[in-house]
Amino acid sequence: MAAPVKVYGPPLSTAVSRVLACLLEKDVEFQLVPVNMAKGEHKKPDYLKIQPFGQVPAFQDESITIFESRAICRYICEKHADKGNKSLYSTNPLVKASIEQWLEAEGQSYNPPSSTLVFQLAFAPRVNIKQDEAQIKLNDQKLSKVLDIYDQRLESSRFLAGDEFTLADLSHLPNTHYLVTVGNRGEAFSSRKNVDRWWNEISSRDSWKKVVEMQKSK
Amino acid sequence: MVVKVFGPDYGNPKRVLVCLIEKGVEFETVPLDILKGENRAPEFLKLQPFGSVPVIQDGDYTLFESRAIARYYAEKYKHQGTDLLGKTIEERGLVEQWLEVEAQSYNPPINDLILKIVFGPLRGLTPDPKLIEESEEKLGKVLDIYEERLSKSKYLAGDFFSLADLSHLPLTQYLVGKVEKEYLIRDRKNASAWWDDISSRPSWKKVVELWPGLY
Repeated sequence: MAAPVKVYGPPLSTAVSRVLACLLEKDVEFQLVPVNMAKGEHKKPDYLKIQPFGQVPAFQDESITIFESRAICRYICEKHADKGNKSLYSTNPLVKASIEQWLEAEGQSYNPPSSTLVFQLAFAPRVNIKQDEAQIKLNDQKLSKVLDIYDQRLESSRFLAGDEFTLADLSHLPNTHYLVTVGNRGEAFSSRKNVDRWWNEISSRDSWKKVVEMQKSK
Repeated sequence: MVVKVFGPDYGNPKRVLVCLIEKGVEFETVPLDILKGENRAPEFLKLQPFGSVPVIQDGDYTLFESRAIARYYAEKYKHQGTDLLGKTIEERGLVEQWLEVEAQSYNPPINDLILKIVFGPLRGLTPDPKLIEESEEKLGKVLDIYEERLSKSKYLAGDFFSLADLSHLPLTQYLVGKVEKEYLIRDRKNASAWWDDISSRPSWKKVVELWPGLY
């Protein structure tokens, strides 16, 4: 039996938590390796050897080291196709294409405004960086437009890619969690009928609840 | 029935075009004028609700997001044309890693330069030099990491040309064209050799020749 895979970085990091949620959905045993970002550990030579951009997470198993959370998730799902949640990253070509479409939509359309808001609303105050009101307003507007599109999609589809919870939905968990809690943006989601239904359903999955617990304890 | 690719004159659709050519897959293109707002027409929004290009139509089937489309066709036609995804799960993992690097780290600053320098003026906008400098710096830092990577590896994911390298073609072509910042590539020896290699592939030369757009 293979040793547990390693995930480098704190669970509080949105990108790290994306990978943790995936590992939990797939029932893949993992070991969390701390990276002390407050002390700049992620910018030191030893860490840069495994992640040259100085970002978290990085991932290691017995055959490879990879970075970029969405790439790590895809790799985990391919390597452990037979374990855990099999519909997370379907092997059916048309279903998979739909998952990829919405995973890319997350990465290209949802992530930019939501991660800016998460930084401004959740992290900047913690590290004594002054909030940029203009950026907050601009990104609230961008996020609103994206959520309108999601609400329309989720009118005719239970989850983004289709009838099943997939990597496409999972990828939205980290940023959205911060937005609706410490970011005080719950209304943007609860005011849209289908987005509200979708968010309640995906955020109450056991895997995500476990990740939230891990975030609280570190 | 031949797959239709919308918006060939723009950058992101070319990611799909060059992929289809590498895989030897026939296609047609459907022009769209974004300056005239054709991407905001209700019939188009039914196909691509974000109003972006590309979107493909393959019979009744539609798909958007160029990297999703490229992955779909690279997998569907895995056994014909150039193998763009690597031979093992591990090689595929590295292809995905560098494709995500392109999408998350390379694309934002280079896209910003293109929007400000090439497309902005078409709408009567003058770029803010300070913002241009910021994007150029960000792109330079990413290219420094590429320079190091490409000193150890002929292509990004390994010794094979993959979807990860291909994904850089459309927007980098603007960089060496109307954006006029070719020095960002040329000042870096390994990145320069890599760019020469990937941009001289017959597939890319064909795309640039047939759909020069605003390059």
